[in-house]
Amino acid sequence: MFFASRSFCCRGIRTCQLRTDLLSRSIKYSASAAMAFRHKNTRRIEGLDSNVWVEFTKVAADPSIVNLGQGLPDISPPNYVKEELAKAAAVDRLNQYTRGFGHPSLVKALSQVYERVCGRKIDPLTDILVTVGAYGSLFSTIQGLIEEGDEVIIIEPFYDCYEPMVKMAGAKPVFIPLRCKTNGNSASSDDWVLDPAELANKFNSKTKAIILNTPHNPIGKVFTREELQVIADLCIKHDTLCISDEVYEWLVYKGNKHIKIATLPGMWERTVTIGSAGKTYSVTGWKLGWSIGPENLIKHLQVVHQNTLYTCPTPLQEALAQAFWIDYKRMDDPDCYFYSLSRELESKRDRMAQLLKEAGLKPVVPDGGYFMIVDVSTLNVDLSDVDEKQPYDYKFVKWMIASKKLSAIPLSAFCGPETKKEFEKYIRFCFIKKDSTLDAAEVILKNWNKQTG
Amino acid sequence: QNHFLSLPLQAKMSRPVQARRLEGIDKNIWVEFVKLAATYSKVNLGQGFPDFPAPDFLQEALRGALGGEKHMLHQYTRAFGHPPLVNVLAQFFEKLLGRELDPMTNVMVTVGAYQALFCCFQAFVDEGDEVIIIEPFFDCYEPMVKMAGGTPVFVPLRPKAPKDGKLMSSADWQLDPAELASKFGAKTKAIVLNSPNNPLGKVFSRGELELLAELCVKHDVLCISDEVYEWLVYDGRQHIRIASLPGMWDRTVIIGSAGKTFSATGWKVGWTVGPDRLLQHLRTVHQNSVYHCATIAQEAVAQGFQRELKLYGTPDSYFVQLPRELQQKRDWLVQSLIAVGMKPIIPEGTYFLVADISEFKSDVRDVPNSDEPYDYRFAKWMVKNKGLAAIPLSAFYSEAHKNNHTNFIRFCFAKEEATLKAASDILQKWKQEKGSS
Repeated sequence: MFFASRSFCCRGIRTCQLRTDLLSRSIKYSASAAMAFRHKNTRRIEGLDSNVWVEFTKVAADPSIVNLGQGLPDISPPNYVKEELAKAAAVDRLNQYTRGFGHPSLVKALSQVYERVCGRKIDPLTDILVTVGAYGSLFSTIQGLIEEGDEVIIIEPFYDCYEPMVKMAGAKPVFIPLRCKTNGNSASSDDWVLDPAELANKFNSKTKAIILNTPHNPIGKVFTREELQVIADLCIKHDTLCISDEVYEWLVYKGNKHIKIATLPGMWERTVTIGSAGKTYSVTGWKLGWSIGPENLIKHLQVVHQNTLYTCPTPLQEALAQAFWIDYKRMDDPDCYFYSLSRELESKRDRMAQLLKEAGLKPVVPDGGYFMIVDVSTLNVDLSDVDEKQPYDYKFVKWMIASKKLSAIPLSAFCGPETKKEFEKYIRFCFIKKDSTLDAAEVILKNWNKQTG
Repeated sequence: QNHFLSLPLQAKMSRPVQARRLEGIDKNIWVEFVKLAATYSKVNLGQGFPDFPAPDFLQEALRGALGGEKHMLHQYTRAFGHPPLVNVLAQFFEKLLGRELDPMTNVMVTVGAYQALFCCFQAFVDEGDEVIIIEPFFDCYEPMVKMAGGTPVFVPLRPKAPKDGKLMSSADWQLDPAELASKFGAKTKAIVLNSPNNPLGKVFSRGELELLAELCVKHDVLCISDEVYEWLVYDGRQHIRIASLPGMWDRTVIIGSAGKTFSATGWKVGWTVGPDRLLQHLRTVHQNSVYHCATIAQEAVAQGFQRELKLYGTPDSYFVQLPRELQQKRDWLVQSLIAVGMKPIIPEGTYFLVADISEFKSDVRDVPNSDEPYDYRFAKWMVKNKGLAAIPLSAFYSEAHKNNHTNFIRFCFAKEEATLKAASDILQKWKQEKGSS
C-alpha cells in the first residue's frame, strides 16, 4: 500500500517535498494516510535554518579553489599539541567519561593561566565550564541567561551565530554598527568605532546583555581600554550582563594589547568570558572552548550544559590541559605559543595586505584576529545581471570563486537586516594559511586584471 | 589599577539572572553520585561506563589517525557529520533497516547520544506539548522536555510476579496497554522509547513495539527512539528497531552512541538516523548550538564501523563478542547477588542490572517523611560505609513517582572480572557481618 506524505512549506523552512513510501503491510488506521504530517519545527528555530557556512563551505569544497573563506587554519598545530593528544589516546582510562563541567586537569590549567592573565583568583570547579568549542559556550551562556522579553545588544558586523542564538532563546537582538570614522576610506581596523551616544541609546530596562567580541571577527578590531570602559559604564549603569567572546585573545599584533573587559572595575560580577582551544592552538577540529566568570553566572551555564550534552570528550581535554601546562610554564618567554603564533600571523597579515593592495583592492588591516576585510567596490565588477536576490558581496564571492578560483566570505552575512547594505561592498579573507596557500592566492591576485570576466 | 567612575558603582547583578527555562532542572543525580563515588568508592558499579579497555581496533584507529600526516584532522569537518562517518553509518543502517539512506540527509552526528536527545526535544517540543516518558527512564529525558517548555507525561512499566520459582526478569516489567493508550491525547507530540531500557535492561518485544507504533500512528505522534544499547542484548533476544515497523520510519528519530557501541563513553560521538523532513530540524538546532563535533573522534569511530561492516554477523564482530562477554558478567553478578540475598531482576539487555535490596534494609534506617527516597539513602550509606557505589532506582523516576519503588538499586556490570569479584567480596563480608550482629 502506498501513502504519500508531504511536509509543509513553512515560513523560513524552504523544503517542500513529495515523498512516496512503500509499505509491506497495510496500515490499520487509514487516518494516517489522509492526515497531513503536522510535525514541523518548533517556534524557537523558526527562520534559523539557513546558514552562511553551510552555503559557502559547500561552494569552496572544490580542492582547486584557494580557500581563504572559512576561518580554519591549514597550518599544522604545534607538534607538542599533537603529541599530547597521541599520548592521551594511549591512556585507556581516558576513553571513558570525565567530569561533566570540565576535565579536572583542564579546568585546573585554565584557572592557572587565566588567574595570571586576569590578576584574580579563579576557582576551577565553580568559575569555569568547558564546552564544545566557544560556540558551545555562547550557546550555554545565552540559553542560561537570556529569555523571552530580553533584549541583547549585538555589535555589527558580528560573528553570525550571535543573532540566531539570541532569537532561539526568544530574545530580541538590538544591533549597533561599528562605523568607519574615516568616511568609508578605511585602512585599519581601528578606523571602526562605536558611537558612544548611539550605543547608550540602545540600552534600556529590557537589555539583558551585550555581546562583545574582541579581537573582533570579521574586522580584526582590538577594543581599547577606553572603548571597553564606555561599554562597562553602560553595563553597570543599566545592570546588564556582558558576554565577552575573546576567542582571538592571543592574536594581537604589534602596538596592540588585548584587554579583558572582566578585569575592569565592576565587570567581573557581570561578565562571562569565552575562550577557544581551536583558536588558541590552531586545532579548530578539537571543538573545545570554555566560559569563565563568577560562580553565580557560571552555575547557570553548568545547568544548561548538564541538560544538553553533559560532558565533553575526555582525551581531547586531557591533551589540551597538558598543552596549557607547557605554555603556562613559559608565559614569560617569547617562545610561548600564545605569543609566537601572533608573530607568525603578523607576517602573513602583512603579506596578505600587500597582495590585496597590489591587486587594486582596499584591505582593512586588522589589529588582531586572523581575518581581513576588503572593500571590493574599487574593482567595479558589474554583477547586476546576476538576478539572484542576494546582496552584492554574496554575488561577488560566488563570482570570484567561479572565475578566479579564490574564496572568501561575504560581509553582509555578519550584519543585521538594516546594516547589510552598508557592508555589502566588503568581503572577508582568512589568512591563517600556510605559505603555499598564500602563494597560490598571490598568483591569482597578481593575475587578476589580466584574466577576462 | 583603580579607575575613577563618575557613575555610582553597582557591582553585582541585582535582578534574577538566569533564564526561566532552567526552572526545576538544576538538580542532577550524576553530579551528586559521581562525586560520592569519587570520594568514597572502592568498587564503582554506579555510573554507566566500562572499566575494561575500549577495543584494540578502536584505539588503533585513533592512534593511526593521529600518527598520519593528515593534520587537517585537527580542523573543522562537515558540521552535520564527518563524511567517512556518516557514509559508513548510512551503509550500516541501510542493512539494519532494509531501506536506502542518504548519508547527507538521513544521518546527523552529535556530541554523544545526549546531544542527539537535546536536538530532538528542542526541534520538536514547544510550550504546551506533551511528551510521553516510560518509567523508569534515563534521567535526562524529563529535564530536557521541561527545558523545551514541554510537559512530561509518565507511564510506568509495572512488574508482574514471575512464574513460580523463577527470578524476575526485565521482561516481567510491562506497560499496561489501556493505561498507555490513555496517555495519548491531542497535545501529545512525542513519546520517548528506550530499548534496550536503562535502568531495567528491558528489551521491548515485537508485540510491545507494535502496540506503541499503533498508538503513534493513530495519534500522529513522533517517536524519539533511544537505542544506545542496541548491541547489548542477551539470551538470544533480538533488538527490534521501531522505525522498521509500518508507519514508523516517517515519524521516528533513531539515536545511537559510539560510547556504548564501542565501549568508549569518553569520546562523546553519537548520531541520529531518520527521514530528512525530521532531521532537517535537528540540523537547525545543531548548527545553532554546537555546530561541529570533534573531527578526530569521528574519524576513528568511522574506522571502527568500517571494520564492523566487514565483520558483521561473524564471530569476530565486536557486536557479537561484546554482548557475549557482558552476558557472562551479567550472570556472574546475578549469582553474586543471589548468594547474599539481594534479588536481581535479570536484564535482557544493556549493561545495567537492578536488584531488590530489601534483605539489607536493617542496616540503613528508614527516616519517615524524609524528602529523600529510601533507596537514595541506602545507596549513599552503602558507598560511604561499604565502599560500593550503585545508583538508586528512584533516580530514574519522576518526582511524583519517586517513592513507587524504593527498594531497588542499579548496578553497572560492564566491569573487569576483578571489579565484579571485589564487589562480590564486599557484599559477602557485609552479609556475614549482618549474620553475626
